Amino acid sequence: MGNGTGIGRVRGLGSARHGAHHWLAQRYTAVGNLLLVLWLIFSLLSLPGLDYDSVVLWIANPLVAVPMMLMIVSIFWHLRLGMQVMLEDYVHDKGLAFFSMLLLNFYAFGGAAAGVFAIAKIAFTGVVE
Amino acid sequence: MARSNSRPLSPHLTIWKWGPAMAISILHRVTGNGLATVGALGLVWWLMAAATGPEAYATFIKCATSPLGYLVMIGITWAFFQHLFSGLRHFVLDMGAGYELRTNRNWSIAAMVASVLVTGLVWLYICGKAF
Repeated sequence: MGNGTGIGRVRGLGSARHGAHHWLAQRYTAVGNLLLVLWLIFSLLSLPGLDYDSVVLWIANPLVAVPMMLMIVSIFWHLRLGMQVMLEDYVHDKGLAFFSMLLLNFYAFGGAAAGVFAIAKIAFTGVVE
Repeated sequence: MARSNSRPLSPHLTIWKWGPAMAISILHRVTGNGLATVGALGLVWWLMAAATGPEAYATFIKCATSPLGYLVMIGITWAFFQHLFSGLRHFVLDMGAGYELRTNRNWSIAAMVASVLVTGLVWLYICGKAF
């Protein structure tokens, strides 16, 4: 057992074998973002136009809608993990830290749901007159 | 976890001499949180506008193509490529490579130069396409 330092106490408890999960998930979603956001940028640059009809017809294609949904999930998952690390570093008050983590989770899940819903609506209803 | 106040903490930003490795580390966090807020909200706004209909989409385009809109979009482009290149640097560091002082310095500078270059190329291409 340690003699009172943080690391000593942790060593005394032993490993739960979950320590690397956050770190790994951040890397997995980073690779997802790397591929999918580059795909989005190249696609947007090569589209004939970014007007309403062109964009909606493009997103309605299943080969676009599905990677776009994956991209939304990867982005919001990654930003939830990244902003958590930032908040853990800068928000020291326990109550405020809890509240900011609550807001972060609302933001990440809410944003991802909004993005996926929008893509699904475009894919299923197409151009609205 | 409760930390004993009598233990010394590692010295922070104020005492270090600025260098490329420190700059790129801070830029990684700043661009990441910028993309997570402004970038992600802009993306969802674009999708929601397209899902809602032509009028909502026209409002989005009007805001996005205003001077402030272009400034934000160019900023997001740079933040994305800065975060991408410093992220690739992190993958190399994760493998335990690139910690030699000179190597670390060179790749830090290269990542920052690359992000500005690629941002410039993307927007030159957009301007070239528009005219």
